[in-house]
Amino acid sequence: MEFLANLINGMSLGSVYAIIALGYTMVYGIAKMLNFAHGDVIMVGAYICFCAVSYLGLPAIAGVALSVVGCTVLGIVVERLAYKPLRNAPSLNVLITAIGVSYFLQNAALLIMGSDPKSFSSVISLPALRLFDGALTISATAVLTILACVAIMVALTMFTGKTKMGKAMRACSEDRDAAQLMGINVNSTISMVFAIGSGLAAIAGVLMCLAYPTIMPTTGSMPGIKAFTAAVLGGIGSIPGAALGGILLGVIEIFARAYISTQLADAVVFGVLIVILLIRPAGLLGKPVHEKV
Amino acid sequence: MSSLNLNPSVSRRGLIAGAAGLGAAGILAGCSGNDDSAAAGSGSAPAAGTAFMIGGIGPTTGAAAIYGQAVKNGAQIAVDEINAEGGDIQFALNFQDDEGDAEKSVNAYNNLKDWGMQILVGTVTTTPCVAVSAETNADNMFQLTPSGSSTDVIGGFEDADGNISIPRKENVFQMCFTDPNQGAASAQYIAEQGLGTKIAIIYNMSDTYSTGIYDSFLAEAAELGLEIVSETSFTEDNQTDFTVQLNDAKNNGADLVFLPIYYTPISLILTQANQMGYAPKWFGVDGMDGLLTVEGFDTSLAEGCMLLTPFVATATDEATQAFVETYKGADYGDGETPNQFAADAYDCIYAIKQAIETAGLTPDADFSEICDGLVETFTSPDFSFTGLTTAGEAATWSETGEISKQPMGMVIQDGVYMPLDA
Amino acid sequence: MGINMLKPQTRSTIITYAIVIVAFVAVTLLDAMGLISHSLSGQLVPICAYVSLAVSLNLVVGVSGELSLGHAGFMSVGAFTGVVVAGCLTRFGIESELVLFVLSAVVGAAAAGIIGFLVGIPVMRLRGDYLAIVTLAFGEIIKNLLNILYVGVDDAGLHFSMRDSGSLGMSQGTILINGPKGAVGIDKISTFALGIVLVLITVAVVLNLMHSRDGRAIMAVRDNRIAAESIGINVTKYRLMAFTVASALAGAAGVLYAMNYSTVVPSQFDFNQSILILVYVVLGGMGNISGSIVSAAFLTVLPEVLRPINQYRMLLYAIVLILVMVVPHLKVYQRAAESLRRRFRKDSPEPAVAAEGGEADE
Repeated sequence: MEFLANLINGMSLGSVYAIIALGYTMVYGIAKMLNFAHGDVIMVGAYICFCAVSYLGLPAIAGVALSVVGCTVLGIVVERLAYKPLRNAPSLNVLITAIGVSYFLQNAALLIMGSDPKSFSSVISLPALRLFDGALTISATAVLTILACVAIMVALTMFTGKTKMGKAMRACSEDRDAAQLMGINVNSTISMVFAIGSGLAAIAGVLMCLAYPTIMPTTGSMPGIKAFTAAVLGGIGSIPGAALGGILLGVIEIFARAYISTQLADAVVFGVLIVILLIRPAGLLGKPVHEKV
Repeated sequence: MSSLNLNPSVSRRGLIAGAAGLGAAGILAGCSGNDDSAAAGSGSAPAAGTAFMIGGIGPTTGAAAIYGQAVKNGAQIAVDEINAEGGDIQFALNFQDDEGDAEKSVNAYNNLKDWGMQILVGTVTTTPCVAVSAETNADNMFQLTPSGSSTDVIGGFEDADGNISIPRKENVFQMCFTDPNQGAASAQYIAEQGLGTKIAIIYNMSDTYSTGIYDSFLAEAAELGLEIVSETSFTEDNQTDFTVQLNDAKNNGADLVFLPIYYTPISLILTQANQMGYAPKWFGVDGMDGLLTVEGFDTSLAEGCMLLTPFVATATDEATQAFVETYKGADYGDGETPNQFAADAYDCIYAIKQAIETAGLTPDADFSEICDGLVETFTSPDFSFTGLTTAGEAATWSETGEISKQPMGMVIQDGVYMPLDA
Repeated sequence: MGINMLKPQTRSTIITYAIVIVAFVAVTLLDAMGLISHSLSGQLVPICAYVSLAVSLNLVVGVSGELSLGHAGFMSVGAFTGVVVAGCLTRFGIESELVLFVLSAVVGAAAAGIIGFLVGIPVMRLRGDYLAIVTLAFGEIIKNLLNILYVGVDDAGLHFSMRDSGSLGMSQGTILINGPKGAVGIDKISTFALGIVLVLITVAVVLNLMHSRDGRAIMAVRDNRIAAESIGINVTKYRLMAFTVASALAGAAGVLYAMNYSTVVPSQFDFNQSILILVYVVLGGMGNISGSIVSAAFLTVLPEVLRPINQYRMLLYAIVLILVMVVPHLKVYQRAAESLRRRFRKDSPEPAVAAEGGEADE
């Protein structure tokens, strides 16, 4: 029973990582950049939802919608101002710019929202499900998070596979120059990816704050790094890979804490990551790249 | 085209060189015009020479910003009050950010020395405080920390086997309890009041404050025969999910969970325990104060939480009420409720003022003279101080730099703190 | 025109050393005249440490072309080893600060080098972002392990424990590393002069490696791994060589850093610290050693210079970081720079030629 409870908690934590990782992986797949500011977009999304619900008195659903819109706009603006001029620059320059954006968002949030934590616990609360005469309690947020993760993954797979825009995205990630020659507007495609990634980050932010209801300006940074790890674990650039990597990472993290040691949990998680990457150097579902001479 | 491609790298170097030049100019300007930062630090500062120059250091940005902001505001209130009274003793306060990092903290300390600091109130977080207190000790600068609670801050602490890691730093004093003091007091309190039979502990292993309390709690609990059934920890990097720690406590049948941690993770622990239907007694230390003021927190979750703390913002005495009222004003916390950090900082300034009066010091003395005078006053048996955080009793300081105040046992009922003994 | 007659490589080497020595002389002179603020003089040692770290990371990122996100891990291995060595030696009666520092730095560098080598063996099987994430993972693992490491020394010798300081089993001893509380009570023996010496050694090691046969092999692997392999270069050996040397140098810099503060804790050496060093390297330019030196010094001082603007300080720092990266790529800036240069060339053709000569070296 304890095992089951840990598994569900792990999957719930992992689903949050997975949704964040989806944003990472999509941006990487198309723009070939590690967007380290992605974690901070989560934090912005959570703050927007919090403000909408507790200051403007909007219903929770409207808060979520507002935060998705807000983050989408933020994602597009950041992309235009900070990343677009660097389209042809070395990838490390873009990485440093992303770190600058991350610092900027954190400090701007600190100035605007203040340093004290905000809590979601009275904003939105969902009941818990009790099974087996209370021996197993599953929180509704855990179920909701897992379902949301699955739904988003399915929707994204359909989107990239079936729609015109999705096909354009895949074309851009395969070969940007060739895609341009075929008449695809690469710039707007990349903007679109940032918009979708940031919108997902907003959802991840809200879900994360449902399960772990405290927001601070630095809330997004650690989940951001974990999600980056998850994206690489699953094979960066692969959508099912990001979902698998995220859930796996969450489950490993919880199991390591429960059955090995709470003190060494991080070391175990990263140890497993290293072992997996040594066995499969391109991640679990990543395509091995054949180098051409 | 090729020359255009070369451009970015070349021009970037030009840009860096230019920026570096500007930076260098800034440093040189900083050498000559040290008073600039003073003006930025605090609005209504009396001129140097007529006022005591008090420096403050704490994290006003970064993950620990909440504690630094609280200390900054608390100290500023006290300084403004004292200056407004217009007595003989006037203060100028300059509070600098250290992001909770030892290196930045030493930088901030050096910056304040350039400003002409004579007395240091700080630093706020423990690790920077250990680093800075080594500096103040070498310089003989008086230091009173509102919240650097580790024994390494004051030094001279022996563990059970007589091992010492740092010799005593005679110029450093604390306004808060030491960590071992809090841990032992908590264990005694739980044993005396018979609050729990099976105890679980969840602590933050990456934090000196938390591990310090945990260690001494464990030692004292063993002595008192308390049964500890679950010890789990977390780190700064994964303080979101506590289900494993809570499951461990629950499955081992713990009826009381001891939380020697700050209130931000506590708010998460309470929420998650509620979600999984686990309702033991909760027992916290002074870091738990602030829980009820977290914006948006469902205070019904905190019902029945017990804590030992020197300060609660909901206390009804006049001084506390006035302080809380001022703190919420737009110039300071801007609507936020002060936590114990703010109150400790407020007390620090008043304790220093009282000591200056007792010792008969003047602002034109250099910092080393002031330090000698203050150390002598603080350690003299006649000197005692009563403030917001001393539970209405007079507190004294010992040669070791520790303060002799007693924590109050509090319990949260209907969303407010009530004395536990009542 | 003398310096222009030299080989470009020799010239850039001379310039690199000159930057360090001129900075040292200038600071020492200004210090003697009492013109250096406490704020700057307190930062001299950390600047040296960061310069060494940036130069050593440049060997991995710029010269060898691998993105490493775990450099702070090796720094911490050096720092904590150095603290233990210094603690033991003090205990056994060595008082000369120079001897203490040199021995700590050497052992710290060796320890970091060994760890770097061991970490490098699996890491070098990977490439690109996968390699980056594994270095990040090792950095986090090192931090996590240091968090539960307890070391003490008494007359009987060194004591280690992975549980708590009580189980060290010491009597009348000194606790050197106290788990998450890190090392406390370190004697401050780092000085600016020692820092400069370390920077010079680091620069010398990196430049000599770059300009040697091994260095050319490393760069060949970076530029085209398959071509390098086809002409018989042992790819793994050279990548591992750069990684190990850089780790050892980072360890020495860690010792310098630790010996400047009375306390260091494992959580200081986190992912953000690694990123910070990476920023120095990228800003200074890949494989450009003098660039790393200047940018590390500049970015270390920048937050201190920005202190007067208080709470907006880190916000401005972030904006500066973004602008420095983005502005050179803006069309407006490129056009302005181009027209400026053209005017400059018309007015005085002589320096323009020199500038062009400089570009050709790249």
